[in-house]
Amino acid sequence: MTHSAHARRFAAIAAMTAIAGIALAGCAGSGSGGSSDAPQDGFGAVEAALEKGGELTYWSWTPQAEEQAAAFEKAYPKVKVNVVNAGTGNDEYTKLQNAIKAGSGAPDVVQIEYYAFPQFTLTDSLLDLSGYGFGDFEGDYTASTWGSVTSGDAIYGLPQDSGPMAMFYNKAVFDQFGIAVPTTWDEYVAAAQTLHAADPSKYITADLGDAGFTTSMIWQAGGQPFQTDGTDVTIDLQDEGSKKWADTWNTLVENQLVAPISAWSDEWFQALGNGTIATLATGAWMPGNLESGAPDGSGNWRVAPMPTYDGKAASAENGGGGQAVTKQSSNPALAAGFLSWLNNSDDSIDIFLQSGGFPSTTKQLGSDEFLSAEPEYFGGQKINEVLAAAADSVVTGWKYLPFQVYGNSIFGDTVGQSYENHSDLNKGLTTWQDALVEYGNAQGFTVNK
Amino acid sequence: MTATVPTPDTRRTTRDASKPARRPALARTNPLRPRSSKVLLVVMVLYALYTLVPLVWLVINATKTQGGLFSSFGLWFGPDFALWQNLVDTLTYRDGIFLRWFGNTLLYVVVGAGGATLLATLAGYGLAKYRFPGRRAVFAIVLGAIAVPGTALAVPTFLLFSELGLTNTPWAVIIPSLVTPFGLYLIWVYTEDAVPTELLEAARMDGAGEFRAFFTISIRLLVPGIVTVLLFAVVATWNNYFLPLIMLSDPAWYPLTVGLNQWAAQSIGAGSQPIYNLVIMGSLLTIIPIIVAFLLLQRFWQSGLSAGSVKQ
Repeated sequence: MTHSAHARRFAAIAAMTAIAGIALAGCAGSGSGGSSDAPQDGFGAVEAALEKGGELTYWSWTPQAEEQAAAFEKAYPKVKVNVVNAGTGNDEYTKLQNAIKAGSGAPDVVQIEYYAFPQFTLTDSLLDLSGYGFGDFEGDYTASTWGSVTSGDAIYGLPQDSGPMAMFYNKAVFDQFGIAVPTTWDEYVAAAQTLHAADPSKYITADLGDAGFTTSMIWQAGGQPFQTDGTDVTIDLQDEGSKKWADTWNTLVENQLVAPISAWSDEWFQALGNGTIATLATGAWMPGNLESGAPDGSGNWRVAPMPTYDGKAASAENGGGGQAVTKQSSNPALAAGFLSWLNNSDDSIDIFLQSGGFPSTTKQLGSDEFLSAEPEYFGGQKINEVLAAAADSVVTGWKYLPFQVYGNSIFGDTVGQSYENHSDLNKGLTTWQDALVEYGNAQGFTVNK
Repeated sequence: MTATVPTPDTRRTTRDASKPARRPALARTNPLRPRSSKVLLVVMVLYALYTLVPLVWLVINATKTQGGLFSSFGLWFGPDFALWQNLVDTLTYRDGIFLRWFGNTLLYVVVGAGGATLLATLAGYGLAKYRFPGRRAVFAIVLGAIAVPGTALAVPTFLLFSELGLTNTPWAVIIPSLVTPFGLYLIWVYTEDAVPTELLEAARMDGAGEFRAFFTISIRLLVPGIVTVLLFAVVATWNNYFLPLIMLSDPAWYPLTVGLNQWAAQSIGAGSQPIYNLVIMGSLLTIIPIIVAFLLLQRFWQSGLSAGSVKQ
C-alpha cells in the first residue's frame, strides 16, 4: 500500500513541478514586488465586508476546519464559508499551483504550511494584507511564526499552528535500560548506542531521510543554508550549522542506529506504540498525533527540551502553517475578515486547541489553562510548559527557499541516498545543493552567482 | 439470417475440442496439448500467489480495527472482528462521502466508458467497412495515439480544459475518457473479421439502409468485440487516478481512487487522523464491482482478446 502511495505521490509531484515550473518561469522576470496592487483600505473595509456578507471558499485539511467555519457562520450569519479539503500538503499545493496557473479555481482562503509560503508569495499568488491593517496583529504571534508568513513589510497570511521542536521520549523504554534523558546531542548519540546494543530491536529514533526534519535540525544547529533577496538566492548546505548537524547525525546513520521506518507510515505508528522507537525530535503538534495514532503508547511518553550542541536551550520550528488570501479571491476584504477571525479570535482558537492543535498565539501559549494541562497519555506531565518554553527558544534568522516544495520533493533522491547507503550525509547535502542550484537557475532565479 | 453465421469463438472452440480426439497418436507432441511441465507449474503457482496474496491481505485486514492493524500479524485475523463496523464506518464517515465518490465513479464509468465504447464502435466499424479518402491517415493517427500514454497527456489536457473553464467539473473527467484509440483499433480489426462484406451487400440488396444494416445486423456480430472494448474502458475509467487528481479540487466530484488516497493522506503531518481501517475497507469495496464485471463478462473478454490473432 505504501509503495503505490509513494508512486502516486511521485506522479503528483512530477505534475506539479511541470506546471509550477511554467508559473515560476513566467513570473520570475517581474520580481517579487507584489504590494503595488494590494488593498489600502484598513481594517474598516474588512469589518464592513463582514457586515455585508457573501460567500467564501476555504481550502484546508485541518480536522478543525468544518467546526471553525460553522462557528464563524454563527457569528456572521450573512457569510457562507464552503470548506473544501483539496488534499493534504503537497496534494493541495499541486491543485493551488494549477489553479493559479489556470487563472481561476483557487479558493479565497487557503491553508499553507510555513515551508511552502515563500513559493506562493514569490509567484505573486497571495494577497498582501498589510493594507487591511493586519500589521496590528504582529504582537499576537510568536516571532518565528510571524516571520514565516511575512516578507519585509508585506503580510501574506496569519499563522495558525506552530511546531517548536521538543524531544518526545518513551520513558518506559528509557527506564527499562537505565538511560538518562539526554540534554546534549553527544548524550543523545551515546543513548542511541546503549539502547541498540542492549536490545537490537529498539532504536533511539526513526529517520529514513525527511526534508522537513533535516531542515529543522539544521535550523536548530544555527545553520542558515537558504538566503533569498528578490530573485537572488544563495544556497549553502555546508555552512557551519548544516555541517554540525550532519556530522552528529552521521554517527547515527552510518552505524545504523536509527530505525529504517518512514515517518507517518502504519509501521511508524506501530513502532511508536510498542517502544521500537524511543524518541522523536519533532514539532509541538505531535501529542494529538501520538494519542490518535499510537494509543498503545499511552502513559509511556514524556516530553523534554531538544538536546542541543552546547547545552544552551535552542529549538527550531518543525511543520505548522497558516492561512492566506489568494489574489484570485473576488471578495478579498471578506476573505481577510474570515482569516482574521479564524486565526485571531478566541472562539476559533479554542476550537483549534480542543482538538489537539498547538497554537502560535502568545496569549494562548501563556495562559494558565493551557500551561497547566496534564494529559493522561503523557503520564500527567505538564507537557505544554516544556513546549511553550521551546517556542521561546526558537533560533532566529531561518528562511526557506522560494522553491522549497520542489526542493523537498527531490530530497529523497539526494540526501535520501546517504541514508540508504549509510554513508556521509554531507555528501548527500552537497548533491541536494547542486540539484537545487541547477533547478533554481533553470527557473529564472539567480542562484549562487 | 444471422443465425447461419457462427461467431468466431464458437467455431474455434468446436475445432479445438475435436482435434485431439481425431489424432490421439500425436497427442504427446501436439503443440495444442503440450506436456505438463513442473517448472511451468511452479512458476504459475508462484504467480498465482503473487496475484492472490494482496487480495487475501485486503480481505483479512478489512476485518481489523485501526488498533488491531498495528498489533497483529498481517496475514492472519486480529483479536477483534470488526468487518461490519468498518463497513458501517466507511459508508458513514464524513456524512457518507464514500457513497458520493462511489456514485461519481459510476457516473464517470457509465457516461465515460459507455460513451467511449459507443464512439469506438461507430468509428471502428466505419473505418473497417467504408472506403473514403484519408482513411490511411486516420489509421496512422490512431496507431500513433495508442503509443502515447495518457499520463503524458494529462498536463496538456489540464491546461486545455482550464482555458475552457471546465476544470473542477465532471466534464473534465468524462470528456477525456470518451476517447479510446485502442478500443477504436480493436473494433476496426474485429469488424474486418466478424462482419462479412457480402452480408452487408445482401442487406443493401434487400433494401436496408446503412443505419438499419448496422443496428440490426452488424452490431450483433460485433457483440464480443464491443464487450471487450467496454471492459477495457470500464477498467481504465474505474481505475483512473491521475487525470481526476489534477482536474478536480472539490472532493464532492472525486472518484473513489482519488478519494481513497485523500483518506490515506490523512495520516500525514500535524493534526493527522489515521483511518487505515477505513482505507482498507474502502479499497475492498472499490474492487468488488470490477471483479464482478470480470466474472460476468470474461467469456467475451477472452474471445475479444484473441480477435485478429488467427486469420479465420
